[in-house]
Amino acid sequence: MPRRTMIEAIRDAMDVSMERDSKVVVFGEDVGFFGGVFRVTHGLQAKYGKSRCFDAPINESGIVGSAIGMAAYGLKPCVEIQFADYMYPAYDQLTQEAARLRYRSNGDFTCPIVVRMPTGGGIFGGQTHSQSPEALFTHVSGLKTVVPSNPHDAKGLLIAAIEDPDPVIFLEPKRLYNGPFDGHHDRPVTPWSKHELGEVADGHYTVPLGKAAIRRAGSDVTVLAYGTMVYVAQAAAEETRIDAEIIDLRTLLPLDLDTIVASVKKTGRCVVVHEATLTSGFGAELSALVQENCFYHLEAPVARVAGWDTPYPHAQEWEYFPGPARVGRALVETLQA
Amino acid sequence: MADAGMLRFHVPEPEVRPGGTPDFSNVTIAEAGSVPRPDIDVDPRTIRDMAFSIIRVLNRNGEAVGPWAGLLSSEELLEGLRNMMTLRTFDARMQMAQRQGKTSFYMQHLGEEAVSCAFRKALKPGDMNFPTYRQAGLLIADGYPMVTMMNQIYSNETDPLKGRQLPIMYSSKEHGFFSISGNLATQYIQAVGWAMASAISNDSRIAAAWIGDGSTAESDFHSALVFASTYKAPVVLNVVNNQWAISTFQGIARGGSGTFAARGLGFGIPSLRVDGNDYLAVHAVAKWAAERARNNLGPTLVEYVTYRAGAHSSSDDPSAYRPKTESDAWPLGDPVMRLKNHLIKLGVWSDERHAQAEAEILDTVIAAQKEAESHGTLHAGGKPSTREMFEGVFAEMPPHLRRQRQQAGV
Repeated sequence: MPRRTMIEAIRDAMDVSMERDSKVVVFGEDVGFFGGVFRVTHGLQAKYGKSRCFDAPINESGIVGSAIGMAAYGLKPCVEIQFADYMYPAYDQLTQEAARLRYRSNGDFTCPIVVRMPTGGGIFGGQTHSQSPEALFTHVSGLKTVVPSNPHDAKGLLIAAIEDPDPVIFLEPKRLYNGPFDGHHDRPVTPWSKHELGEVADGHYTVPLGKAAIRRAGSDVTVLAYGTMVYVAQAAAEETRIDAEIIDLRTLLPLDLDTIVASVKKTGRCVVVHEATLTSGFGAELSALVQENCFYHLEAPVARVAGWDTPYPHAQEWEYFPGPARVGRALVETLQA
Repeated sequence: MADAGMLRFHVPEPEVRPGGTPDFSNVTIAEAGSVPRPDIDVDPRTIRDMAFSIIRVLNRNGEAVGPWAGLLSSEELLEGLRNMMTLRTFDARMQMAQRQGKTSFYMQHLGEEAVSCAFRKALKPGDMNFPTYRQAGLLIADGYPMVTMMNQIYSNETDPLKGRQLPIMYSSKEHGFFSISGNLATQYIQAVGWAMASAISNDSRIAAAWIGDGSTAESDFHSALVFASTYKAPVVLNVVNNQWAISTFQGIARGGSGTFAARGLGFGIPSLRVDGNDYLAVHAVAKWAAERARNNLGPTLVEYVTYRAGAHSSSDDPSAYRPKTESDAWPLGDPVMRLKNHLIKLGVWSDERHAQAEAEILDTVIAAQKEAESHGTLHAGGKPSTREMFEGVFAEMPPHLRRQRQQAGV
């Protein structure tokens, strides 16, 4: 089976979707001729023409707002916001328009759009190229939020997102674009070509939205993670020799609560990990759900490891980023509690 | 250069406030028939002055004059009059129903009926409007059932929107009327996107965007002009300048640009100003702009100069911020009276027939109201089920909403 980077896998998902359905259009800043600053859309304009893949003005509200109008017309836009940090001008269009169009019009108009955006840190991107705003989307009624952690899932989830009848936020952990980064920034990253989840089948397949994956089966503690933190958690489990069960959520909303609850009831302990800031982060929701659904099975408080509640710093990136050492400490403490 | 001294902060003020005498002497109004009608493929650079003039067809004697006249037959004009009268009567009844507690909120069109009623007639079936809350004439003029509008206003058991949306935020794809959001300006760029999609699909349908004078200050207005201009989208960009954004006079949003139409000039978009209380002028300009869109000539910005004679909404009292007699002093008159006088001048209408039509329309509206009320009003009679509250968030209800619906006991 061919191996692809996450960039290639995401591009392949769009390629397959554009090939199968002429209603799929792709646009965003630098997305057309050049193929995007991360080169994710490279070659799509050459293959499908300027009507199907084109450059947009630097205007995120305009990109999402026009995509909503296109979806209302009957197209299926898959747009790129260059960095998740740039999505705020489009937040009104996403939360009050895209998310509510089906509801407020009772299905008279719908909004099948996908908004892709690179998320997360680890590239010395500073405050405006490192944020993880997923909780700002999961808090909104009417949006689905997806965070893939590997090329195989990225392709299948993106095709599923494009085929979904409702708006989907597709957050691409940019530190995973070229390999499964585990937080050890001082070591070389294994390329996806040497990782089994870099195997990406040709042609059409989907990974269903709303289904988590167990990346490592274990009995001591359940770790809930998504995106880059899946690999950080794996590294932490190996380094502490703790038999952690690591769940890659893949879709934050709708959430695969059944998989979470079954695991925590088995292990009796739970650590929630994300890059985004702690307070009111998605980890708060996860920890509340675990408490509500597994309270009598818990042998320790649910722990959270997250980005500190500061803006994303530049020089202090690796002190900010919740790497394997911090996750490992949380695992140990949760087992000792 | 001499010392300029301290900086001074400038906040524009309207000419007159409550207690003062209304004065529109600063509003320059071109004579009816005086503004030329360029070809639709005109070079926008040669018609920049049209963004500062006012296209008018009906003169003070009730005659249709000049190059923008002559597009509509007497029958079409009579239908236009009836639509405007229907909208006005509908508004009066629904405003009263709100005062009677039958709904929470209402917004009327008083003085602005010509804009949406005439515009609708310049479009073709399949075209799509992205309206604000003051374009119900688009529905009335397209034959959308009044009783369905009332069901929505009452949020009753037959409300097509299942009680989920604020009164008057209608939606009808079938009638080319995009779901009204209630947010301001967001729909403007969406209209441009719809138009881009139509062009991408090599379709022949066009879009119309709607916004008020106040909301042109929103960044989405600017986004829409950028996208419309860049992609030459087949869209008519409508700005309804009714002088007042709730209590804020139009000068606060307009700033130093002179007119709202002039906003389009920097984008190279042909930008016209039209007498919004002149049914014939609105229709003629809308038709011109729609033809441009349909012929791949791109967007047109049209500013309709009108006056909001009523309150902003049922929650507003304009006497707190403008003279009570200001609407009487408005120099462009009343759209219904002006079309009525024109039809009388044409010899196809009379005061008697007008009075008779008013009575007939009132009967029709009351009959629709009775039927709608038989299905309930906001606080009495049939209402949408609580279960409906959980439906339609997504195409398929996800597990967390199913759990919450069970918790709610529905």
